[in-house]
Amino acid sequence: MTYEVPDVPGEETEEVAFGFDSRGWPLWEVFVRPKRGLSHAHVGSLHAPDAETAVQNARDSYTRRAEGVSVWVVPSTEIFASDDSESLFEPFADKPYRHPTFYDIPPEVGQL
Amino acid sequence: MQTTAGEIRFQELIDADEKVEPRDWMPDGYRKTLIRQIAQHAHSEVIGMQPEANWITRAPTLQRKMTLIAKVQDEAGHGLYLYSAAETLGISRDEMQQLLHDGKQKYSSIFNYPTLSWADMGTIGWLVDGAAIVNQIALQRTSYGPYARAMVKICKEESFHARQGYSILLALSRGTEEQRAMLQDSIDRWWWPALMMFGPHDSDSANTPQSIEWKIKRVTNDELRQLYIDQTVPQAHYLGCTVPDPDLRFDVDTGHWSIGLIDWDEFWDTVKGNGRLNRERITHKVKAWDDGAWVREAATAYAHKQRTELEKTA
Repeated sequence: MTYEVPDVPGEETEEVAFGFDSRGWPLWEVFVRPKRGLSHAHVGSLHAPDAETAVQNARDSYTRRAEGVSVWVVPSTEIFASDDSESLFEPFADKPYRHPTFYDIPPEVGQL
Repeated sequence: MQTTAGEIRFQELIDADEKVEPRDWMPDGYRKTLIRQIAQHAHSEVIGMQPEANWITRAPTLQRKMTLIAKVQDEAGHGLYLYSAAETLGISRDEMQQLLHDGKQKYSSIFNYPTLSWADMGTIGWLVDGAAIVNQIALQRTSYGPYARAMVKICKEESFHARQGYSILLALSRGTEEQRAMLQDSIDRWWWPALMMFGPHDSDSANTPQSIEWKIKRVTNDELRQLYIDQTVPQAHYLGCTVPDPDLRFDVDTGHWSIGLIDWDEFWDTVKGNGRLNRERITHKVKAWDDGAWVREAATAYAHKQRTELEKTA
């Protein structure tokens, strides 16, 4: 549920500090292959002390209903992400000619 | 005040019904509101294991016991999805947990009510998880990507929770006079607290307008509550039961069920920490965490040893 708890009038709401450095276990990104023939896809993340435990925890957290046949775990710190604020993908926005539907072909030509 | 490129981009995403993602610029208030809401949601899943775990050893059949264990395990999983979503906003798991243990972040008041009979396992699945489903389906469209994705995963599993609960109640409704009385008593105790789960009336909900504007919340408390009442009252009648509200009536003009007055004093009293089980729930949570310390330490030590040995052979 939202389980959203309303503020009690007159009661102070706890201010949370951002960027708190956890001294806990490293964060792992979890990738699951739903069935043979499909790629592993990102499903979420979890904390674990080592890779083997991360795989065990990923199994319990993300495949309780047989959602997967294989699991990868990758340390989150090893993922190098694109800078989405710089329009890295902008050059492709105005190139519709790279799509098949850009070209009108008469129906008589048949399957093409 | 000057508007920055980040602010403009944020507003564009909200206006276009696109999701905000962790690396996007977002207003401080948006971030704080989300951390608070997602953390409370996560705490609720975790504390929510206690009232049901209370009945695992006393489930009437092996199948019911296996089902209950699976459901409680799901709640732990839901807590994990939500903590992970909150962590993308820059708060750590340890810190959230500490805030819960210190009573500085709350969880849903529904879990401060005791589970007195086996029928309560059915009523919780049907009424409490049922309310959760109504709320969480709406939240699948929330504007923050990681929160919305967690909701999609959770909603897939909640349907099992509601159905196994109703199936417990169906069995009781077809049972002895004593079992039917247990069923009605359970509904009588959980009906109003379940309605309170949707929060104060819109007119008394200070946070709602801003949350709606940011599209964190997509539907208001009263709208969700009405949706829930309309779908739940006929389900109570199907069980041959009533809900404990003398003012309940079906409004032919609107097509909605209309209810009597909610006891908001009880609601606020429980939110403030004076519910029947507030202290017990947190005490138990802290004890479970402390009792598990040796397992975490052993796992950390083992991981360290494995790494050291790997470095030696390298």
